[in-house]
Amino acid sequence: MTPDPITGVRLRALAIALCLVIGVLACTRAGRAPAPAGAQRIVAIGGPVTEIVFALGRGDRVIAVDASSVFPPDVTHLPQVGYQRTLSAEPILAHDPDLVIASGDAGPPSVIAQLRAAGVRVELIPTAQTVDEAARRIVAVGAALHAEEVARTLAEHVREEAQRARERCCVIAGGDTARRAPRVKAAVIYARGAGTVMLAGSDTPAAAMLELAGARNAVGSFSGYKPISAEALVAAAPDVIVVPSRGLASIGGEPGLLAVPGLADTPAGRAHRVVAIDDLLLLGFGPRLPAAIDELARRFAP
Amino acid sequence: MKPRTLLALAVVAAALLAVGRGAVAISPAEVMAALGDRLGVDLGDIAARKAAILWSIRLPRVVLAVLVGAALGASGATLQGVVRNPLADPGLIGVSGGAALGAIGWIVVGKSIATPWGVWPLPLAAFAGALATTAIALQLARVEGRTSAVTLLLGGIGLASLTGALVGILIFVADDTALRSITFWSLGSLGGATWPLVGAAAVPIGLGLALLPRLARDLDRLALGELEAWHVGVDVERVIRRATLATALAVGAAVATCGMIGFVGLIVPYLARGALGPGHRRLLPASALGGALLLVLADLIARTIAAPAELPVGILTAAVGAPILLVVVRRGRAGEVLP
Repeated sequence: MTPDPITGVRLRALAIALCLVIGVLACTRAGRAPAPAGAQRIVAIGGPVTEIVFALGRGDRVIAVDASSVFPPDVTHLPQVGYQRTLSAEPILAHDPDLVIASGDAGPPSVIAQLRAAGVRVELIPTAQTVDEAARRIVAVGAALHAEEVARTLAEHVREEAQRARERCCVIAGGDTARRAPRVKAAVIYARGAGTVMLAGSDTPAAAMLELAGARNAVGSFSGYKPISAEALVAAAPDVIVVPSRGLASIGGEPGLLAVPGLADTPAGRAHRVVAIDDLLLLGFGPRLPAAIDELARRFAP
Repeated sequence: MKPRTLLALAVVAAALLAVGRGAVAISPAEVMAALGDRLGVDLGDIAARKAAILWSIRLPRVVLAVLVGAALGASGATLQGVVRNPLADPGLIGVSGGAALGAIGWIVVGKSIATPWGVWPLPLAAFAGALATTAIALQLARVEGRTSAVTLLLGGIGLASLTGALVGILIFVADDTALRSITFWSLGSLGGATWPLVGAAAVPIGLGLALLPRLARDLDRLALGELEAWHVGVDVERVIRRATLATALAVGAAVATCGMIGFVGLIVPYLARGALGPGHRRLLPASALGGALLLVLADLIARTIAAPAELPVGILTAAVGAPILLVVVRRGRAGEVLP
């Protein structure tokens, strides 16, 4: 027997028509408006990127930021567009920006594509975890804002000051750089709530900061961030625990940190040596990098 | 008016409502103006920014919701017809998991392989995954010409767990920002909709849906039982093969573009069967339209209720669908075949 001819033909025609309409729609895409030279309405995404935009004197043009942008303190009063890794296009477009300047971590990629398809200029700035990359990032933000001159000056300043801070830290930590005392062994714990307590391995901004401040990462057996394991922590035996302060707050402050399995059995846990530093200062590699090196080295000093 | 026409009008109304709502409000008049502008007819004015939001973000998203909702609703009704059990949701019996495994497998492993086929390898990989799991699920459940609901569901749990574990391993080793969010695949989102993506979903879903009407009468006969259907001239194996192919095409494309959005294939056919009876000639189109309606509305709520953040749409469909699943089980229809 045959299928019902009427339903069959109609439905198939409907499906085919639908596909055709969609195909036509997909082909006739909106023309893009040319972007104006100097952006006037900026949405800044990513803590260090926002910080650089403000340091370059363009903060008055920033109309919205993401949740990771917390410095300078004024930005926390600006409208929010969500967290940089889980953005959605509409809340950003609602502010009618002519430039979205974002950290290379920003995403998901489909949302970046949507913003560009809606005719908004999107500049993705590569992330940084060395002094050189930090300086290059300032120059890149400057180029996106048409503020090349002031950006070059700031980048050079940060590079020089970071170098001086390194020299200072080595003097504090052990006198002459050639014959200094054994470097302090530190571990960085990155926490986002009690369920997510991570240890920073090699090839992380956290490890790079320890190095810059004259310390040694007690955790060298893996790269990136890994969920903490009590055994690995005891085996690493850090003398100091470094923890971003917002993360520390999320696990209930120092008592919560000392309750992390294994931590009490490390030299740092026994001596209660916990160094809490603002997340963005510690891990941002932004314009405050020299200050961050100084601060960390000062707290490492015995 | 026929129920099908009514449903189609409801889908259009919901779509018009959905394209207007969001972080930027766009009035129905502005929507018409933008549509007219594109077709070269002057129907009024709309700001360029609003037109850009409408064309590049809202409209592809709503169209994708219509396509994916229709795919999931019709696939659910078809699978339920094949196994004669109202619990055969593509998500519950492991088909969506297989599609996700195929799609993620391609993203992780296949990305380095250069192909001249543009966007197509991804939906193809999802289709392959969906086809394999559908075939396995149906084979597991069929014993001597009868489909055992218990075996189907328990086998589905096993398949879903297995594909979930493999997806987890792939995501763990991938270390790719595109894959960082396991929530996308497990709860689903329409947030990534762009026109090329909609195009890539439209073709397989259109093909899958176009195969279904031919099956309607045979699925009705199959409701008598496989042996009985065979006696009245139904080529049972061929019906099952075609149903498998059609649902794998539709579900594969849906999952490749939106992740696993659960329960649409369960809720919609259940309600449609209650309203229109078990005849597949009315059930299949009603399930497709109902699925589109449900997903357009669910996505509208998902993207506006927690703005500027977005709720994964799968949370909403599960919140509505899981209680209905419990009702089906409680009524005792899960353990038996459909009348």
